[in-house]
Amino acid sequence: MSVLVIAENPKGKFKKSAFEVTHFGYLTAQALGTECIALVIGAVEDPGQLGTYGAAKVVHIDSYTGGFDTTVYNSLVAQVADQTGSDVVIVNHSANGKALIGGLAVKLNAGVVSQINSVPQLDGGALKVSKPVFSGKAFAHYAINTPNKVLSLMGNAIPPTEVGSPCAVENLSVDIPENKVIVKEVKTVDGTVPLPEAELVVSAGRGMKGPENWGIIEELANTLGATTACSRPVADTGWRPHHEHVGQTGVAIRPNLYIAAGISGAIQHLAGVNSSKCIVVINKDPEAPFFKAADYGVCADLFDVVPKLNEALKKALAQ
Amino acid sequence: MNFLVCISKTPETTAKIAFTEGNAKFDTNGVQFIMNPYDEWYALVRAIELKEQHGGEVTVINVGPASNDVVIRKALAIGADKAVRVNAEATSSVMVAKNIADHAKAGNYDIILTGKETIDFNGSEVGGLVAAYLDIPFISYASALESDGSKSTVTRDIEGGVEVVEVSGAFVVSAAKGLAEQRIPNMRGIMMAKKKPLEVIDATSTEDPCSVVEFTMPAEKSGVKMVDPEDMDELVRLLQEEAKVI
Repeated sequence: MSVLVIAENPKGKFKKSAFEVTHFGYLTAQALGTECIALVIGAVEDPGQLGTYGAAKVVHIDSYTGGFDTTVYNSLVAQVADQTGSDVVIVNHSANGKALIGGLAVKLNAGVVSQINSVPQLDGGALKVSKPVFSGKAFAHYAINTPNKVLSLMGNAIPPTEVGSPCAVENLSVDIPENKVIVKEVKTVDGTVPLPEAELVVSAGRGMKGPENWGIIEELANTLGATTACSRPVADTGWRPHHEHVGQTGVAIRPNLYIAAGISGAIQHLAGVNSSKCIVVINKDPEAPFFKAADYGVCADLFDVVPKLNEALKKALAQ
Repeated sequence: MNFLVCISKTPETTAKIAFTEGNAKFDTNGVQFIMNPYDEWYALVRAIELKEQHGGEVTVINVGPASNDVVIRKALAIGADKAVRVNAEATSSVMVAKNIADHAKAGNYDIILTGKETIDFNGSEVGGLVAAYLDIPFISYASALESDGSKSTVTRDIEGGVEVVEVSGAFVVSAAKGLAEQRIPNMRGIMMAKKKPLEVIDATSTEDPCSVVEFTMPAEKSGVKMVDPEDMDELVRLLQEEAKVI
């Protein structure tokens, strides 16, 4: 038995999520008294670096060069799990990870729990895991009773920590099934950390009055090295792109710091952000419901406060 | 084209979240239930739109007790042609997916749609499970879907953007915002829904490899600390020294 993690490598590079899932796999393997093996599919720079985060070895399937296709990926993961004798498979709760968990559970005849947020523990014959439910308003603690388990790891649940040194990379011989899904085009914004992975997020809503005023938000985000986000009405009216929308119907995020300017805090918005470690709300309406969910509040006109906060941050961060 | 839309019943977004039976069960007392918004607004409506373009039939399927019929009738009122209810308590994603797949095997469906997740368990598991049981492709988090009956083009949301993919033949797709616009049932739809067929079938599987042992609530926020708008240096200090997030 061993723990198999799938390290994602979009555009041939690991992102923070790959280090997170590797380190989480390492912690899980420790709790189960076994080792963590990392699987990488497709070309990537320096696969052995995953050893730094706790992988005992890396299995690299570099013979598959096609796009993301659940049929192919699920088959490859199942073959590698079989050859390495892995009984716990962990993916990120990312776009691709979410697409894989169901199929993997069937392939491996495994119990499946998605979006887990703490290291699994053995409890008799069962594996105990926990995850947020009801959009972060509660946690559910599960017992998985099957010999094989498939789990997805919530983003930003654990900090990826360096615990070792680069490890060996092994190529396994696997059958690559025919593609059922053909990727025609990938359109992503370069240069910024995608929202689900961002540790710092600056977000704004209808209080901005119009898209032309977003400069102060972008400057504040720039100072912090944060990713920008927005509320639903702002994305719906086209002031900001759809992929910036956080909330129940948009992206659910869990950054260390979430700064919300001019967002009242409707329950649907809170559902997407209430797992953030620290929430700062800037709103001129003292009755804005968001203040109840905030750690720090500033009740004033955001057009005064945001530039002042930006200046204060620049001063502090320069020191 | 024939569509199968998997619909789930969930507590309404603003429902009070509490637990009973030693924190092992969700307390339904006083909770209003709705159709899972991603199933209703996006998956169901896009299936109806594609049927309106190409002809065919939209079937909705739900796993649950007779009290779920209210939600199923709403789906029929919005425009689904017929419904199937698997008469069993939905206990896990595996159990729900297995029953849906067993029904779908005989159904000759071109596209099977689900919401991207339910708003209660936030699992994103059922779509991939159903696809794997049927051995057909699964495409997640679709924000656009076009089909000519044999070949389909799907835009799926990924981190920081989208991916456009093409698939031939039958597949399962999970629906995200943007796939369609919410439809409100009109009076004619509501009247017609009462006459549309709702078939009740027995569960084929009660397999349940994972069970919830306990629910817990997150630690209460200690309350908001208000900062003087004229003193942003103080807010920065709090973020650095107290919250330690920058």
